[in-house]
Amino acid sequence: MGDPTARKNRILIVDDDASLAEMLQLVLRQEGFETVWCATGDAAVKVFRDSGPDLVLLDLMLPGLNGVDVCRRIRAESGVPIVMLTAKSDTGDVVDGLEAGADDYVPKPFKPRELVARIWTRLRRPPSESDAESIRIGDVVVNVAAHQVRRSGQVIPLTPLEFDLLLALARKPNQVFSREKLLEEVWGYRHAADTRLVNVHVQRLRSKIENDPEKPEIVVTVRGIGYKAGDFAG
Amino acid sequence: MTSLAKALPGSVDADGHAGAAVDVGAVDPVDVLHKAHARPSPAARLSDSAPALMWWGSLSVRVVMTSLVGSVVVLLLGGFLLLQQASIGLRQGKVTSVVAEASAALDFIEQSFRNAAPGQATTADTLTKVASEAVQRGAVAQYQVVVEGPVSDIRSAGVDVASVPDSLRDQARQAAAGTREPELFITETEVRYLDGRPPVPGLVVAATATASGSIRYPVYFVFPMTQEAETLAILQRALITTGLVVLLALAATAYGVSRQVSVPVREARQAAERLASGDLSERMPVRGRDDLARLAVSMNLMASELQGRIRELEELSRLQQRFVSDVSHELRTPLTTIRLAADLLYESRDTFPALEQRSAVLMRRELDRFEGLLGDLLEISRFDAGAAVLTVDDVNVAELVRNEVESLAALAQTSETEIRIHSEADEYAEVDARRVSRVVRNLVTNAIEHGEAKPIDIYVVGDDTAVAITVRDHGIGFKPEEVALVFGRFWRADPARSRVVGGTGLGLAIAQEDIHLHHGRISAWGMPGQGARFRIVLPRHHGDGLEGLGDDRMEVIA
Repeated sequence: MGDPTARKNRILIVDDDASLAEMLQLVLRQEGFETVWCATGDAAVKVFRDSGPDLVLLDLMLPGLNGVDVCRRIRAESGVPIVMLTAKSDTGDVVDGLEAGADDYVPKPFKPRELVARIWTRLRRPPSESDAESIRIGDVVVNVAAHQVRRSGQVIPLTPLEFDLLLALARKPNQVFSREKLLEEVWGYRHAADTRLVNVHVQRLRSKIENDPEKPEIVVTVRGIGYKAGDFAG
Repeated sequence: MTSLAKALPGSVDADGHAGAAVDVGAVDPVDVLHKAHARPSPAARLSDSAPALMWWGSLSVRVVMTSLVGSVVVLLLGGFLLLQQASIGLRQGKVTSVVAEASAALDFIEQSFRNAAPGQATTADTLTKVASEAVQRGAVAQYQVVVEGPVSDIRSAGVDVASVPDSLRDQARQAAAGTREPELFITETEVRYLDGRPPVPGLVVAATATASGSIRYPVYFVFPMTQEAETLAILQRALITTGLVVLLALAATAYGVSRQVSVPVREARQAAERLASGDLSERMPVRGRDDLARLAVSMNLMASELQGRIRELEELSRLQQRFVSDVSHELRTPLTTIRLAADLLYESRDTFPALEQRSAVLMRRELDRFEGLLGDLLEISRFDAGAAVLTVDDVNVAELVRNEVESLAALAQTSETEIRIHSEADEYAEVDARRVSRVVRNLVTNAIEHGEAKPIDIYVVGDDTAVAITVRDHGIGFKPEEVALVFGRFWRADPARSRVVGGTGLGLAIAQEDIHLHHGRISAWGMPGQGARFRIVLPRHHGDGLEGLGDDRMEVIA
């Protein structure tokens, strides 16, 4: 994973539980990450700006500004991967967090290996193609090398996750992806996981790239199966 | 698949209802008995016909009809009595006047006889003359006279002598012959006319007129009662008119009275219905201080009590949910820390002395169990608090089963169990994939655990409305009387038996809740030494129930 001479990946931990935060830092440092800890929601955004982390681990229940709001504020200024730590995996909280822009979540209690696997999936960049590959879906152009998406020449800012999701669909325009398949390709889940991840992020992606998110043309729903890239062959 | 289901004894679903397959077409005495019991009550049967429907359908109709029938009876009886009294009175009056008139006429006739031929025997001429005078006198006073002569009757013009009944004639003749005391005989008759006038009721007075020479002639005075009949007819018409008006007024009054009762009762019913449908803020208007007002007061009191109690329960439920959520958060965070620490220790256990090494292994293993237990407990609490929510997707159940079995392949391999999936087609249903996966995982894990390495058969079949998953093992099974217990919390088939997989004892209880949340059905069958069978049936469309799906249908589609 990565070049050992490159700088270590920095992870911002936002959690009010001192013991857990310390334990997390121990585990992550052992795995070769650099860690920064912030205990309150109010300070989180400032610490985020100051430390410039490569990934944020965010507890949803925080004193002061809650996790969902912190998530929304960080997402407003950066596409950096956010992984939620949730004590409650009940529908509401998780979906709120995902809709606020979190890329993934890890329900407590988790095993260290699970967490590290989640973190690496989000930090992993797809290997850059040497050729300047670019894929078209309708009036949307995906420039793989530049990690850039344009619609009618206009750059659309996507988070790395949204880019990966669009790229996965765009690379195989004729294939219909089940939610499980997308969870495996984009989120790195081997076994059945929470398909709400896919649903929420497809909605977020559509709201950015579709002309009319109510009538999607780029990312099309295939009823009962999943999603596929829009067909513009005609 | 059908043959398999038929070969299996009846199953009992999670609620404990026996569900043996029933042969369609066979006459079951129990069934007949059942139908006999199901016969509607007499009142219900009466209400089948349309008039009965009206009768039982409206209180107003009943009140109005009853009071109408009652007042018709009263009016008929009253009218009859009144008319009878009136006609008796009229008749008596007439008789009195008739007697007076007849006596006067008789005096006049006898006087005439005496004047016509004093001291001589009366001749036919005299009789005719006297009779004519009497007839003239009668014509003025509106009565007819018939004088019976030795040869023929001398009578008023137009009157039919048949108007005088023969019995009266006999009486008069006997009096004339002296065999009977001479007096006035009165009888009713029908006065007939020769000139085509319709007959009218009347009175006939028979008398004997003594002519000179002590000869007696029977004389009849016929009094038509036209006047009296008219009076009676007028009275009758007046009675009928008055009766009809009174009836209408009574009906209207009865209707008004019934509405005074039925409208508040209807309001009470509607209020009760709204209360029952959950509109707890519903109250009845209270008017006055009568029984109906008190009914309204009681209803309102009941509603308030109910509302209060339900608010209390809602508050408790909310507190419970809050508590569960808090416990969840509070327990999970330290557990995560312990988990991380334990795993860290476990990873480096090779560097530990034997004692610490074993401790690290045990700690990690029991942490797994603790986590599982905590997770299941919280899940159960969520069901109990009614806080469990379905996240429904259109899911290929057959594929879901295949995926779950695949993920349990390692476990199956360890226990050398073969798992055979029998599914012919994709079966889509609107279900919560996470929950159904959990149920399937649980059932298959149980089957592996209790299957004694014998093959496990899994069937996925569907029809228009439902999809069924059946997991059948051929292991130790359980006693049929334990069927109702297997879904109980912390129930173990054989407490003495050591557990390989180490479930929490809540798996089937959670499975049952998960399936009920889908409005589906879960049932179990077991036989010691023959294995166990668990079946879940899920409606294809979220929100549909399985009402139309009897246990026999379940047997067929599974």
